[in-house]
Amino acid sequence: MNTEILGIVLSFALTVALAIPLGKYIAKVYAGKPTSLDPIFNPVEKLFFRLSGINPTQEMTWKQHLVALLTINLLWFFWAMFILMNQGWLPWNPDGNPSMSPDLAFNTAISFLVNCNLQHYSGESGMSYLGQISCLMFLQFVTAGTGMAACAVVFNAMKERTTDKLGNFYDYFIKSCTRVLLPLSFLVALIIMFQGTPMNVEGKASFISMQGDTVQVSRGPAAALIGIKQIGTNGGGYFGVNSAHPLENPTYLTNIVEVGSIIIIPIAMVFALGFYLQRKRLSWMIFGVMTLGFILFLLPTVYLEMQGNPAISQMGIGQHLGSMEGKEIRFGSAASAFWAITTTVTSNGSVNAMHDSLTPLSGMFAMLGMMINSLYGGVGVGFLNFYIFVIIAVFISGLMVGRTPEFLGKKIEAREMKIATIVALLHTLLILAGTAIASYVFVRNPSIGWLNNPQFHGFSEMLYEYTSSSANNGSGFEGLGDNTPFWNISTGIVMILSRFLPIIGPIAIAGILANKKFIPESAGTLKTDTSTFGLMVFAVILIVAALSFFPSLALGPIAEYFSMK
Amino acid sequence: MKSQLFTAFKLTFLCLLLFVVIYPLVLLGFAKLAPNQGKVKFIERQGKIVGAENVGQKFDQDRYFNSRPSAVNYNAAGSGGSNKGPSNPDYLKDVQARIDTFLVHNPGIKKSEIPSELVTASGSGLDPHLSPAGALIQVDRIALFRHISKEKLVQLVDAHTEKPLLGLFGPERVNILKLNLALDELK
Repeated sequence: MNTEILGIVLSFALTVALAIPLGKYIAKVYAGKPTSLDPIFNPVEKLFFRLSGINPTQEMTWKQHLVALLTINLLWFFWAMFILMNQGWLPWNPDGNPSMSPDLAFNTAISFLVNCNLQHYSGESGMSYLGQISCLMFLQFVTAGTGMAACAVVFNAMKERTTDKLGNFYDYFIKSCTRVLLPLSFLVALIIMFQGTPMNVEGKASFISMQGDTVQVSRGPAAALIGIKQIGTNGGGYFGVNSAHPLENPTYLTNIVEVGSIIIIPIAMVFALGFYLQRKRLSWMIFGVMTLGFILFLLPTVYLEMQGNPAISQMGIGQHLGSMEGKEIRFGSAASAFWAITTTVTSNGSVNAMHDSLTPLSGMFAMLGMMINSLYGGVGVGFLNFYIFVIIAVFISGLMVGRTPEFLGKKIEAREMKIATIVALLHTLLILAGTAIASYVFVRNPSIGWLNNPQFHGFSEMLYEYTSSSANNGSGFEGLGDNTPFWNISTGIVMILSRFLPIIGPIAIAGILANKKFIPESAGTLKTDTSTFGLMVFAVILIVAALSFFPSLALGPIAEYFSMK
Repeated sequence: MKSQLFTAFKLTFLCLLLFVVIYPLVLLGFAKLAPNQGKVKFIERQGKIVGAENVGQKFDQDRYFNSRPSAVNYNAAGSGGSNKGPSNPDYLKDVQARIDTFLVHNPGIKKSEIPSELVTASGSGLDPHLSPAGALIQVDRIALFRHISKEKLVQLVDAHTEKPLLGLFGPERVNILKLNLALDELK
């Protein structure tokens, strides 16, 4: 069998095999049960709690959780703005890179605060080492921890009981950061460092190449940041081209490790739910639905990228490696396609190939992954998005079979449905309205020079940018000239709304449900851990998420595909 | 809210200490154990640095195995792909021009034999590799230019072909910088 195909089979199988025990471990962490890492982390956490005056056993209501979450996030925003706008004169800037303009700093601060990591700058020329580490990498840890903590609150609320006490936010947050994100990032950083990724404090090097050109090489503390950017579904790379860069992702082995790191926590969170609630069948149902969607996007993308660009085939040259524009030889087209889908079904957004140069339908599948945004999804928040779809599916199927809509022994009523619907439709609204406004501005001023490609593909560039912002993904059709006030501010606003409302919504629903009377399972209960219900959720996802976007996809990638026939 | 803000301040400070100071410092410590001490691995010839092993450089002269087109001209102060869409007419003209140039420099090669990697830009603009086919197709030209037998050159490419991981996973590739260094040694 083809070694490129074997490579992606291995990457996926290995990741799932590791995600199951990791899920068990995460469930133990959130349930406060003993784990083998206790001797290291118990003292660290005790110190954290004592010094910041937190009582981890003091339980919070869902509203208190949200206040705590939003307050600390607001603080991080100001910290990020300060560093980004002053990094030019602050220490540890060996390459003398400049401070950011206010609109770029706003976009970057929001982007990393919301775990999106959209980048309108290039790492080598736009960030100091201090900025990379103390602002970007810091946010990559704590925002991933925020998403996981929010997910832990919802897990807690799904238990079979009636309460308004849902654990302590700081407890969940710190444990997510120290016990899950930190050790995994450290491991990834260590592996890639031994494979050749730089971890040093030196500025750019200069040398004369074999043909006599004077060239420079960017360096710095890259491995530390790359570890967490993969593990925390952040995706904001150290170097401009992210994991396509030969120092950020030097070998096929690092590629397997990095691509696995993208989905390992999102998958583990699904299994963690099953261990935490002792409902393993429910986990398998969710994992099945997510994997079905993932495979449906993956197979055509791998096939199309390995086939190559039809326009280049027409020129009469060989494409035995597939479509190679924007791809690296050491990964090949199969592993690049695998990464493209993995990074977009989750909210990671790191890339190992340039998505702008993907063949049209592959670009569409990447966009669809972000439009659905819950096939695995981001660390923590992926499950929250999926939870919304489950609530909607429970309601619809309850009405269809004439049973009271119930989920895990709690009645779903009008208030929860309203919140779920708003959250589900917000994503569609932000993407389509954003793209519509940008298209209008572009058509009125064709000389504005945003687009790197004409026609249908140009439209796709704008659609992709808002999709990526709203999905908190952060990858891009990078040909788009997006470092302008229009793009910096508009995508900044989209990112804030699409991060915090989808966190507030599910926590609110879960909190309200937890407070309701628990109804034991009876013959009249709709079973939610069956494959029938799984298909129902899948159908809801397709109808709500995918079909809303069909007209816009028809104008972009689908039109481009048919124009190339 | 007010007490939350105060807690948030203290917690943020502690997180900065752990993730921004301790975590990178520990990694910098471990970097000393890594094969190249966490530094970029440079290759020297006669005491002078001629390149970094993992970072591609521009080879467009007929006497060397040529590297792929690059959107950043192989200057690793930055990095970047072309970001051209597959149907972009200007881009397709560029590709056609690269094919024509290749045919001029490599007489006797049929168009259908040209691997697409030689006429398309990589994602990073710094791709250090070629596929074995991408190197072998250039053997005729180099043999003619350097007056070295083709067999010797094919052997050289074979010797520099890196196998898939464990022989099973991922594509084969050739590091162009190492290949060209060895080519200069060949008499």
